[in-house]
Amino acid sequence: MSAAKNDMLLQIRGLRIEASNGAVLTDGIDLDLRRGEVLGLIGESGAGKSTLGLAPLVYARAGCSITGGEILLAGQDLRKLDTNGRRSLRGVRVAYVAQSAAAAFNPSMTLMAQVCEGPIRHGLMNRREAEAKAIELFAALDLPEPKTFGQRYPHEASGGQLQRAMAAMAMSCQPDLLVLDEPTTALDVTTQIEVLAKLRELIHEHNTAALYVTHDLSVVAQIADRIMVLRHGKMVETGTTNDILMTPREAYTTALVAERKAAMSGHGVAEAARGETVLTVDDVTIKYGPVTAVKNISFTVSRGETVAVVGESGSGKSTLAYAAIGQIEAAGGAFRFGQAALPPSFKKRSLEQRQRIQLIYQLPDIALNPRQKISDILGRPVAFFEKLSGAAVKARVAELLTLVGLPLDYTERFPGQLSGGQKQRICIARALAARPELVICDEVTSALDPLVAEDILKLLKQLQDELGVSYLFITHDLGTVKRIAHRVVVMLKGQMVAEGATSDIFETPPDDYTRKLLLSVPEMRTDWLDEALTRRDIWRAGPAALPA
Amino acid sequence: MGILRFIAARAALGVLTLFAVSILLYLGTQLLPGDVASALLGQSATPDALAVLRAKLGLNEPAYLRYLHWLWGVLHGNLGNSLTTGTPIAGELMPRLINTLFLAGYAAIIAVPLAVGLGILSAIREGSLMDRLASILSLAAISFPEFFVSYILIVVFASQLGWLPSLATVYDGMGFWDRVDATTLPAITLTLVVVAHMLRMTRTSTLAVMSAPYVETAFLKGLSRSRVVLSHALPNALAPIINVVAINLAYLVVGVVVVEVVFVYPGVGQLMVDAVTKRDLPTVQACGLVFAIVFIGLNTIADICSALANPRLRSRKRQ
Repeated sequence: MSAAKNDMLLQIRGLRIEASNGAVLTDGIDLDLRRGEVLGLIGESGAGKSTLGLAPLVYARAGCSITGGEILLAGQDLRKLDTNGRRSLRGVRVAYVAQSAAAAFNPSMTLMAQVCEGPIRHGLMNRREAEAKAIELFAALDLPEPKTFGQRYPHEASGGQLQRAMAAMAMSCQPDLLVLDEPTTALDVTTQIEVLAKLRELIHEHNTAALYVTHDLSVVAQIADRIMVLRHGKMVETGTTNDILMTPREAYTTALVAERKAAMSGHGVAEAARGETVLTVDDVTIKYGPVTAVKNISFTVSRGETVAVVGESGSGKSTLAYAAIGQIEAAGGAFRFGQAALPPSFKKRSLEQRQRIQLIYQLPDIALNPRQKISDILGRPVAFFEKLSGAAVKARVAELLTLVGLPLDYTERFPGQLSGGQKQRICIARALAARPELVICDEVTSALDPLVAEDILKLLKQLQDELGVSYLFITHDLGTVKRIAHRVVVMLKGQMVAEGATSDIFETPPDDYTRKLLLSVPEMRTDWLDEALTRRDIWRAGPAALPA
Repeated sequence: MGILRFIAARAALGVLTLFAVSILLYLGTQLLPGDVASALLGQSATPDALAVLRAKLGLNEPAYLRYLHWLWGVLHGNLGNSLTTGTPIAGELMPRLINTLFLAGYAAIIAVPLAVGLGILSAIREGSLMDRLASILSLAAISFPEFFVSYILIVVFASQLGWLPSLATVYDGMGFWDRVDATTLPAITLTLVVVAHMLRMTRTSTLAVMSAPYVETAFLKGLSRSRVVLSHALPNALAPIINVVAINLAYLVVGVVVVEVVFVYPGVGQLMVDAVTKRDLPTVQACGLVFAIVFIGLNTIADICSALANPRLRSRKRQ
C-alpha cells in the first residue's frame, strides 16, 4: 500500500486481562498494527483471542477486567480514557463485528435503524446522511435491493446477509480499526466465501486496519497480512501469513498447520468391494407438517464402512439421521437393517433393533447429565442392554474407557470435570456400550477445537478397525469427510444431489452443487480466495467454461 | 394482514373464554346450598309459599334452560332483577361500575408510569442506592396487608395532617376534582399494593435482556447505558412487562373489595359482597360477569400488545 501503511495505529504492550475468579485470560501480550494492515489472531477456544480482540475497544466481558499493560491507539493510551472517552472511541475509531450476526442484531429494530444508530448518536451525521451512507455500504457489500434492504428486520435476512449488514454497521463511522470476531464461522462454506471476499474488499478499499479473530487458519490465510498464534492467553508466535503457513517455528503452530493440511490431503480410498449391507435407506421422504425436509433419499451403508452425509444447514442431513434412529418418523420409504425393515418410530422397534443403531450427539456438554458420574453414565446402557450387574458392569465400563483412551479412574468424575474432547470420548463410549453395528455421528467434531477434533476422528477410525462398526457421519465439514469417509452422500435442500466413493466425488464431482461446495472450502494458501473467486466467476458464466 | 388475523383470532378466543366463564359462574351459584326461594323466604318458608315462589322465579325449569334464559337476557343487556330490591340489576351496577373504573383508572395513572419508570431506572442503575431503595420500599409496601396500609394513610393524611378526607364518599353530580380529592387515599393505597410487582418485573425482564449479544453490540457501538436500556433492551423485554401490567390493572378492578370497605367506597366489589351475604344470586352473577369481562378483556389486549411489540410475530404471516 501507500505511505499510510507505515504509520503505527495500534500498539499493545504487556496486556494482562483477568477474570474475577483470578484466572488469567491473556498475559504479557505485545502487538503492533499499522494502518491498513490485517492481523489474524489464531487459537483454540480459551486461548484468549476474543478477549484480546476486544481490548482495543477497552471492553472486557462480564466478570473480566483489563488489569495491566498499555493499549495505545495512534499514541493515545486508551486505558486512561474515562467512560465518555471510551464511548466516543467505540464504534467511531474502533468497530466490532460479532461472530453470530443473527444474535448480534437487535431483533426488534430494523437493520437500517441499527446501522445508522452509531453515526447519528455520535453526532457525525444526520439521519439522511447516515441512511445514504448505509445504502452505499449495502450496495458495496452486494446486499439485495440496497435501497430497501435496511427496512428489513434481522429475521427477514439470511445469515450471510446479516453478517455483511454487520460489516456495514461497523463501517458506518469509518473506523480506523475493525475487530472481526469469527465473522464467517457461523456460515455455510458457500456463503463464507462471499462474505470473506466482501470483507477483504471493504478493508482494502477503506484502508482500515483489522484484527481478525478466528480458529480457522485457512480462512485467516485469505485475509491477513500477518498472523499471531495464541495459546492459553500467551503469544506462541507471530509472523507474516506466509511464514506461519510455510515455516512455522513453534511446535504448536506446526501441529495446527499440519492438522489443516491433513484436512486437505484427502482420504484416497478407492472403491473396494463393499461388505455386507448394514443399513439400507430406501426412497425415504420426511415431512415436517406440510414441509418436505427430506425427499426420496436412497443409499446403503456396509459393514465397517463410513458414509458421510454432507450438506449445508437446512439440507435435511440431521433430519435423516434422526429418522434413521426413529426419533422422527419417515413419511415415505423405509430404513432396512440387514434384511429386516425398521418400523418408522423407535417406539415400535425391538430392543435389539434399537441396540444395533446408536447415536453420538453434536454437543457433548449437553448430551451428558452433569449430575451423573461417568460410572453411571456408562454403566446404565451396559446394565440395560447386556443385562449385567455389579462387578460385570464395572469391568465392562473399564473396558469401554480403555477403548476410548481414557484413564480408568475417570469413573468417579462428573462430566463437568472433563474437557470437551474427553466428554466426546465418553459419548462415544456410551454409544459403544450397546455393542452397536451402526453408529450415527451427528456433527461430532464441529463443537471441538481443531486439534481435539483431529484426535476424535483418529479414535473413531481406530475403533472402526478394531470393532468393525459402521458410521453414518453427518457433517458440514468437507475436510472431515475427506479424512474419514469411504463414501459420501451430498444433500441440497432435502434432496440427494450426489452419492459415491469419496475419492470419486472429490476428484470428479458429478454435479454443479458438489463442485461449488468443494470449491468453497478454503485452502491453506494465501492466494486461494482469488483463485476461488475467479473460478466462481467462470463457473457463473457457464459451467462448461470451468477448467477440469 | 397477518396481524389483523391474529387480533381477530385472539379476540374470538377471548369471547370463547368469557362464554366458558359464564357457564362456570352460573354453575357455581347453582351449587350453593338451598335455593333462592328458601333464602328469600327464610323463617316464613312454608312448602306452599316455596312452591309458589319457585314457580314465579322459574326455578322449576331445568338448570340449562335457566342458564340459556339468563344468557339470552345478558346478551340483550338485561342482567335480570335483583332478588332483594326487585329492581333491574343494571341500574344499580352501572354507577358502581363507573366508580370502580374511576378509582382503578386513577390508581393506574399513578401506578403504571411509576412502576415501569422506576423499573427501567433500576435496570439502568443496577446495584445503585436508588435501585436497592426502590426494591426494598416496593417490597415493604406489598408486604403489608391492604387494610393496614389504608389505615396508616388515613391516620397520617386524614387525621394528623387533615389534607384528605378519610372516607371516599362520592355521589351523583359530584364535580370531577371533588371526586379526585375523595378517592386520592384509596388510589394511593392501591398504587402501593400493585407497584412492587410491576416494578420488579420491569427491572428483571429488562436486565435479563441485558446479557443478550445484541446488547453487547450496542455497547460496543459506543452508546450510553440509558440509550442501550431504552432502545435495545426494553423493546425486547416488553412482552412480560405488558402482561404483568395487565394483570395488575385487572387486580385494580376486581381485587379492591378490602380497600372499598375501608374507605366506604361504593364500588362493584362491595356490591358483590353484599349480594353474597343476601343470597342475591343474579346480582352475584352480574358482578362476576363484569369482573370476568374486565379480566379477560385486559389480558386479551395485553396479548395483542405483546404481539405488536414483536416484529417476528407482527410479520409472521407475511412470510
